[in-house]
Amino acid sequence: MKKLMNSAGTILTESLDGFVAAHGDIVSLGAEHKFVRRKNLKPGKVALLSGGGAGHEPLHAGLVGFGMLDAACPGQVFTSPTPDQMLEATQAVDTGAGTLFIVKNYEGDVMNFEMALDMCGSTVETVITDDDVAVENSLYTTGRRGVAGTLVVEKIVGAAAEKGADLQKLKALGDRVNRATRSMGVALTSCTVPAAGKPTFEISGTEMEMGVGIHGEPGRRRVALKSANEIAEEMVAAIAGDLKAKGDCLLFVNGFGGTPAMELYVMYNAALAQLAKHGLKPCRSLVGSYVTSLDMAGCSITVSKFDDEMATMWDAPVHTAALRWGM
Amino acid sequence: MPHVNFPKLLDHVAATVISHAEELTALDSAIGDADHGLNMKRGFELVLADKDRLAAMSLPEALKAIGMILVMKVGGASGPLYGTLFMTLGKELPAEPTVADTARALDAAITAMKARGKAELGNKTMLDVLSPVVAHLASGNATFESVRTTAFAGADATIPMKATKGRASFLGDRSIGHMDPGSRSSSLMIAAICDVLEGKA
Repeated sequence: MKKLMNSAGTILTESLDGFVAAHGDIVSLGAEHKFVRRKNLKPGKVALLSGGGAGHEPLHAGLVGFGMLDAACPGQVFTSPTPDQMLEATQAVDTGAGTLFIVKNYEGDVMNFEMALDMCGSTVETVITDDDVAVENSLYTTGRRGVAGTLVVEKIVGAAAEKGADLQKLKALGDRVNRATRSMGVALTSCTVPAAGKPTFEISGTEMEMGVGIHGEPGRRRVALKSANEIAEEMVAAIAGDLKAKGDCLLFVNGFGGTPAMELYVMYNAALAQLAKHGLKPCRSLVGSYVTSLDMAGCSITVSKFDDEMATMWDAPVHTAALRWGM
Repeated sequence: MPHVNFPKLLDHVAATVISHAEELTALDSAIGDADHGLNMKRGFELVLADKDRLAAMSLPEALKAIGMILVMKVGGASGPLYGTLFMTLGKELPAEPTVADTARALDAAITAMKARGKAELGNKTMLDVLSPVVAHLASGNATFESVRTTAFAGADATIPMKATKGRASFLGDRSIGHMDPGSRSSSLMIAAICDVLEGKA
């Protein structure tokens, strides 16, 4: 394992210290590294709180700031945060209008946020994101994973919260954006969890994992590596077949941490051509590594069917470490 | 049931979990996210760090305190689930439990874990170890050896199962052929408890 670190035991806290030092104009750190919060809260605004295992940076701490989250609780690498973190973060950022939890659909995350909600005196609603089409949905299983589409939910709900929407409206909007959003991921390499010291799975130079999540968990199947056009064809077909919608959409090509921007734009170009076949037309776009899986090479494609309100909220000003526009 | 030497029980269960951390993480690498051993190790190291405080408590109070440490420090799915297990055992067990008390308390803990994790028997989880162990304890003819065997057989039985809960469920059929890491850690802890009560550890 080669990583820029001092020790696996301190990688998370040192990274958070660096993050907060670099973005001290936007964020500050909670006690014992339990959460990253927006430096200047807006009284009367519903607080937006998310969190999850570390290793997905810049998600979620990089999305704390004006127009998005009020706090983010980082867990250990790929491990959900604990209830005390969400509890203390909620107490720190709730200004009286209630708090919305945005939780990616993993059992650990859902259970820890639920336990925090049970202990919390304040008014809390929860939006659970589950945009990954690689997982078959079923009443009898965990259901789909929350992956890169979570960023879309956080952006749109964050903008609406900034404009003064109440907790119930934000909960409904978050659920609506999640229902309009689908993602699919492909991995060319595994990733290495710092404390584990070796890649989570072995994969040869001529293979890829189709349908991966964001934790180095293997995908649904391993196949021979194909061209970008062929990969995009399969991913977009899976997304469009499930979304069953036509018209304006957001196209978000997200890198997993080990793939250069050059390749992400190749995938954007390839996905664009495929979307046209399915009657989907990107009216907004985002390309970059935002919801990562440590050092994994590969990407996910996220498509959100946009209506006018969602497009307006997407365009609304945002000022976070990772996303900044309109101000 | 023999008197519980609680500090010794704590030491041996924690040492067992910590010494199997790599194996648990390796099992989790195959079908999960490669953190089960690391998380359990971190949780039980913190339990050990609090040993003096815990040893001064009654068994029920100590179990509740261990559950709270696991919930607040482990994270992931194993923190809330093992935390719920220990906290429920603490609520249900008397200070000097019999085998029948243990079976009843463990049954209550399983009910609480099912509610928290929304899992059932056969989903390839730690319930596939805990449920047969409870049934065996309730049968009235359990020995330390037969409890250990039941626990390990429960973990082995998860190998051919297709996971429908947890991150392993995202793999679909590819989860078949691997032991569930949570079932392994549960069986190790049960065996470690048997070892101490039997005077073998």
